[in-house]
Amino acid sequence: MEVINGLNLKDTELRLGLPGAQEEQQQEVSCVRSNKRKNNDSKEESAPPPAKTQIVGWPPLRSNRKNNNNKNVSYVKVSMDGAPYLRKIDLKMYKNYPELLKALENMFKFTVGEYSEREGYKGSEFVPTYEDKDGDWMLVGDVPWDMFSSSCQKLRIMKGSEVPTSL
Amino acid sequence: MNYFPDEVIEHVFDFVVSHKDRNSISLVCKSWHKIERFSRKEVFIGNCYAINPERLIGRFPCLKSLTLKGKPHFADFNLVPHEWGGFVLPWIEALARSRVGLEELRLKRMVVTDESLELLSRSFANFKSLVLVSCEGFTTDGLASIATNCRHLRELDLQENEIDDHRGQWLNCFPDSCTTLISLNFACLKGETNVAALERLVARSPNLKSLKLNRAVPLDALARLMSCAPQLVDLGVGSYENEPDPESFAKLMTAIEKCISLRSLSGFLEVAPLCLPAFYPICQNLISLNLSYAAEIQGNHLIKLIQLCKRLQRLWILDSIGDKGLVVVADTCKELQELRVFPSDVHGEEDNIAAVTEVGLVAISAGCPKLHSILYFCKQMTNAALIAVAKNCPNFIRFRLCILEPHKPDHITSQSLDEGFGAIVQACKGLRRLSVSGLLTDQVFLYIGMYAEQLEMLSIAFAGDTDKGMLYVLNGCKKMRKLEIRDSPFGNAALLADVGRYETMRSLWMSSCEVTLGGCKRLAQNSPRLNVEIINENENNRMEQNEEDEGEKVDKLYLYRTVVGTRKDAPPYVRIL
Repeated sequence: MEVINGLNLKDTELRLGLPGAQEEQQQEVSCVRSNKRKNNDSKEESAPPPAKTQIVGWPPLRSNRKNNNNKNVSYVKVSMDGAPYLRKIDLKMYKNYPELLKALENMFKFTVGEYSEREGYKGSEFVPTYEDKDGDWMLVGDVPWDMFSSSCQKLRIMKGSEVPTSL
Repeated sequence: MNYFPDEVIEHVFDFVVSHKDRNSISLVCKSWHKIERFSRKEVFIGNCYAINPERLIGRFPCLKSLTLKGKPHFADFNLVPHEWGGFVLPWIEALARSRVGLEELRLKRMVVTDESLELLSRSFANFKSLVLVSCEGFTTDGLASIATNCRHLRELDLQENEIDDHRGQWLNCFPDSCTTLISLNFACLKGETNVAALERLVARSPNLKSLKLNRAVPLDALARLMSCAPQLVDLGVGSYENEPDPESFAKLMTAIEKCISLRSLSGFLEVAPLCLPAFYPICQNLISLNLSYAAEIQGNHLIKLIQLCKRLQRLWILDSIGDKGLVVVADTCKELQELRVFPSDVHGEEDNIAAVTEVGLVAISAGCPKLHSILYFCKQMTNAALIAVAKNCPNFIRFRLCILEPHKPDHITSQSLDEGFGAIVQACKGLRRLSVSGLLTDQVFLYIGMYAEQLEMLSIAFAGDTDKGMLYVLNGCKKMRKLEIRDSPFGNAALLADVGRYETMRSLWMSSCEVTLGGCKRLAQNSPRLNVEIINENENNRMEQNEEDEGEKVDKLYLYRTVVGTRKDAPPYVRIL
């Protein structure tokens, strides 16, 4: 509390808001700020999503330009056999395969089978596949996560009859 | 002129090349119309649904070159759903049936299938040139058909298409007898390339002037290719993630030094910065440079390269060049005509230290007297800067400014950018294309309507306050051909004020605005020569006709003039009123 010449300046300060409310407001503001900073380091659930990325078709750039720099985000298209339209997810939001698969299961309302290196996914008619940088369609899960996330261009959830046995 | 025999008149017409002029000629009299019809070799169709193939062929049976555009511009930004339309197959089928001697086909934003490409390759013995821009729906199998069957192919130019790469050996499909290639661009292919086949092809193509590789062609192959083709004028380089060993680098330098005809350089997808110096020897000859995909290169490396490019007329770059870099461009590139600055940090929220601002834009306008086209992505702008730009550069033909954050005001005065854009349209009397952004009220549209007399294309996003805004534009810009609007508060009053106006334009796009179903219906009722399309992707919104809510806002409206009525190939979620 600033007291100059015996005057409590804060008391006579003109501002909007109820008297005594100021300190609270300051705390709120600093909370929001620290939330934002924390977001970069840990998984703060209360952090607001980046507003910019929510607007469809903005900024006005062709998709090959948007995907070009993989600095902070890595949006890839996800299609599922039989679904009317495609979705997009940001691979950098996930740290490993279980997180990714869970997100996909939620998005498309399906379940994926049990993964094993020898046999791929068993127990479900849905198989997650992806297109890598060379244009090849691969089974999700075979390579280390980092290698996958840097080379994945597109995801496709194949369904039952479409899945070739070699996969 | 009527005293001359037809052949003489036709010969005179041969010198008239532009589409506009040829269209004018055909209106003079019946005899000229007839002569023009049969002598017309090139036709440009800006909207493939404005006319149908049968009528085209009926009028121009001697057609050799056809340009077709399909989806509306905003399809580039994923605002138009899959399967909306723009299928090229019916066109190719009709041309094949009528035995038109097609030699050149240029498509933009159309759906092209392998089947269409196969049919194309088999139907026209003299086919020479295929240019596909922003198309989709085909695979490398389709390319294989073209390579195999088009004996006289001179040009295969694939720009920014979505192509499924089956990694078949399409490059191998060019027969040994194919030696006529002048231009080959497959930069947008994602898969591996058969480099050996490519080298053989380039070696037997002495006329090859333009070669654009995809990311899979490695550095040592590039050196060999350039050695085989020192006559190259236009080169698109692949990608080199790893720094080259000294021997490869030396070979590359030697090869590049021999390419004294090289005028245009592009590609550089994922290139290690140390590769750039190999190109220094030819920089002084370059008139066109596209580094807009080189995301990993920092500003200072870009600057070193550009400082050597004193003859540059066209520059496409990322904003990582920074204001500092743009000052260097302004000091060096006095011949610059076209500049495009793309954002490198599209999704991030971090304050990008190297991004460009109004400072860079003003510097360019002050330093480059020949500048007439600009596309500039930035995070901030001021009215003062735009006013300065207008004063420095009254010659703009195309001015597209995209401030990344919608509704962002002048960052110093916090006012809207109406005055800034107003200055641009007032000074640039020849302005034909304009994209506006930032915080804008109806006032900016008043200025546009008042001053932009030559304006043909206007893109509006997140701007304006009331219907007046749109009305100012429609009433004022008499030469408007394409108007595209998104997320702006324009509604039925503006849409319906002058329905006849739309027949003088190619198309109107409005998405996330205030127009309602009822308004669109009224518009469609009075306009037999317009197709009014409502695009509604929400599958749950399929109501019965008599249950429809006329007050319901329309998600996406696309209307265009046409002489052939409603199209039959629209998907279920597109409703044509």
